[in-house]
Amino acid sequence: MDITELTVHELQEKIKNKELNIKQINEAYIKRIKEKEPEVQAFITELTEEGEKQAEEIQTRIDNGEKLGELAGIPIGIKDIICTKGVKTTCASKMLENFVAPYDATVMKKINAENMIDLGKLNMDEFAMGGSTEYSYFKKTKNPWDLSRVPGGSSGGSAAAVAANMVPWALGTDTGGSIRQPASFCGVVGLKPTYGLVSRYGVVAFASSLDQVGVFTKDVQDCAMLLNVIAGHDEMDSTSVDVGNKDYTQALQKDIKGLKIGVPKEFYGEGINQEVKASLETAISKYKEMGAEVEEFSLDIAKHALATYYIIACAEASSNLGRYDGIRYTYRSAEAKTLKEIYKKSRSEAFGAEVKRRIILGTYVLSSGYYDAYYKKAQQVRTLVMNKFNKAFEKYDVIVTPTSPTVAFKLGSKSNNPMEMYLSDICTVSVNIAGLPGISIPCGVDSEGMPIGMQIIGNKFCEETIIKTAYAYEQETKFREKYKPIFKK
Amino acid sequence: MQVSKEEILHIANLAQLELKDEEIEKYMENLQEILDFANIVNNAPVDGLDVTIGANEAKNVFRKDEVKLFKDIDSLLQNAPEQTNHMFKIPKVLD
Repeated sequence: MDITELTVHELQEKIKNKELNIKQINEAYIKRIKEKEPEVQAFITELTEEGEKQAEEIQTRIDNGEKLGELAGIPIGIKDIICTKGVKTTCASKMLENFVAPYDATVMKKINAENMIDLGKLNMDEFAMGGSTEYSYFKKTKNPWDLSRVPGGSSGGSAAAVAANMVPWALGTDTGGSIRQPASFCGVVGLKPTYGLVSRYGVVAFASSLDQVGVFTKDVQDCAMLLNVIAGHDEMDSTSVDVGNKDYTQALQKDIKGLKIGVPKEFYGEGINQEVKASLETAISKYKEMGAEVEEFSLDIAKHALATYYIIACAEASSNLGRYDGIRYTYRSAEAKTLKEIYKKSRSEAFGAEVKRRIILGTYVLSSGYYDAYYKKAQQVRTLVMNKFNKAFEKYDVIVTPTSPTVAFKLGSKSNNPMEMYLSDICTVSVNIAGLPGISIPCGVDSEGMPIGMQIIGNKFCEETIIKTAYAYEQETKFREKYKPIFKK
Repeated sequence: MQVSKEEILHIANLAQLELKDEEIEKYMENLQEILDFANIVNNAPVDGLDVTIGANEAKNVFRKDEVKLFKDIDSLLQNAPEQTNHMFKIPKVLD
C-alpha cells in the first residue's frame, strides 16, 4: 500500500484500525516530497523537519492516551498567501521574500486547533495574480500529469502538491478561479466557498470583495471534511457571515433524483475546446441517467463578467497593494535615499511585471476621468451578473459548466500575453463576481491524457447542494480509480 | 479610448511606480488591449441598475470599541527593513 495515494478519510480509517499511525503517515509524505519536489516545484517553504517533529509529538500524545481530534497529525499544505506565525509568508513575491507574519490567519488557527501538520507553504502566482503559477518570483511549478505544462493558477502549488501526493490536501484562495482552474488542470477537487463563509483574516489581500479561501482535496468527501474545519463566522473579518455551524459531510449522498441542473449554453460555445465540451456533455448525460432534471438555458454574462472582473479586481488590488511602501514589509530598495524614493524604487524593484500591470490598470480605472466609464460601470455590471444568477437559481439547484475552456497549457505559452491568460478565467470569474460557491471536479481526460474539470455552481451558502452534486457524480464515475498523474517528461 | 505615454507616466506616478522605457511601451500596449476588451462593460444593459460594492448585502457590522494590546512588538517590527527603538525608521523628511 502506498500511503500517499490515500484520501484523508481512508487514512482515518486505517488509523482507527491501527494499520497506520501518525508517524508513518507523515514519514511517507515527507519521503514523497523529497522524491517529487525536484520535478514538480510546488513548495516555496518546506516544513518537513518541523513536520517530522510535530508528528512524533502527536504520536506520543496519542500513545499516552490523550484524546485528540480525528484530524490530529494529518498533513496539509498551505498556499503561501495565508499567514502562518513564525513561518515565512511570501505571496511568491520579492516584496515579501523575508516576511514573517506576527500572527496566524484565522483559517490557520483552525487548522492548528485540529493538530494538523503543515508540511509547507505552496507556490502561487505573485500576489495570486495569474492563471499558471508562472508569475511566481521563486519558481515555476509543473503539472504532475505532464511536466511540460502549467498546473494552473494562481494556487498552482496547492493543486500540484495534492495531485502529486505530496500532501493529502491543501488550502488555496480563489479570487477569479484560482482554486477551481488549477484543480481542473491537475485533476483534483477544488472548492471555492460562498463569499463570507470562510474568514479572510490573515490572508494577504488581493481583491477584497472577491477573495475567498477554499480547499484542494483528492475527493469530494475530503472536501466536505476540510470545509467543516475552515468555515465559520469570524469577528476579525467584517465580511464574514454567520450561517451557523454545518456538517458538510451530511451532504455526501448519492441520490440526486429530481435535482434541477441548469446548463448555460453560452459556456459551451466560442473559445471552449471541443474535447472539453464533449467531456462535459458526457458528464451531463450521466447526470440525466442518474435521475437529474437537466435543462439548457441562456446565461449570457461570461464576457461582461470577465471585463468587470479585471476592472474590479485590479482596482481593489491597486488599493490593497498600496501598503507595500518599503517601510513596513521587508523589502526596501538599496538605491533609495529620500522617502519618495523609498516608495517608488522599492515598489518598482520588488513587484513583478504582472503585478505592476494590474496596479497600473487598477489605478487607471480609478483615476479621475475614467472612474465612471470603467469602475462604476463595472459595479453596475456586477449587479447585472448577480441578478441573472438569482434568476437562474429560481429555476435550478445547480449550474454546470466547464471549469476552464482548455486543459492545462504548455509552460511559457501564455505568460507573455496577458489578455490570453485572462481569457482562461472566463468560466470561473462570474462566480466570484456574484459571490457564489463553486466546485471543480475531474470529469474525464482529453486525447493526450490531460484531466478536464467540471464546475458546479450553487446558490449562496448552498455548499451542501454542490457537494452532493459532485459526490454523486464522483461515486458513479470513479475518476481516481481510472486516471493518475504520470509525471510525463 | 487611446492610452498615451503621458497618461501611463501619470498613472505610474499615482501608483508610486518608476517605469523603464521598455516597460512604458509594454504597459501602454497591454493597457490598450485590456481596456479595449474591458470596454464591453459600456455596452451592458445596466440602465437603472444600482452599483454593487460587495458580494453580500452591505450592512454595518458593529463591535465594542475595546483596546486589545498586541504585545509581541518584536515580531511586528522584525519585518521592518530599518527600525530603531521599536519604531519604523525612514529618512529625514524635513530639513
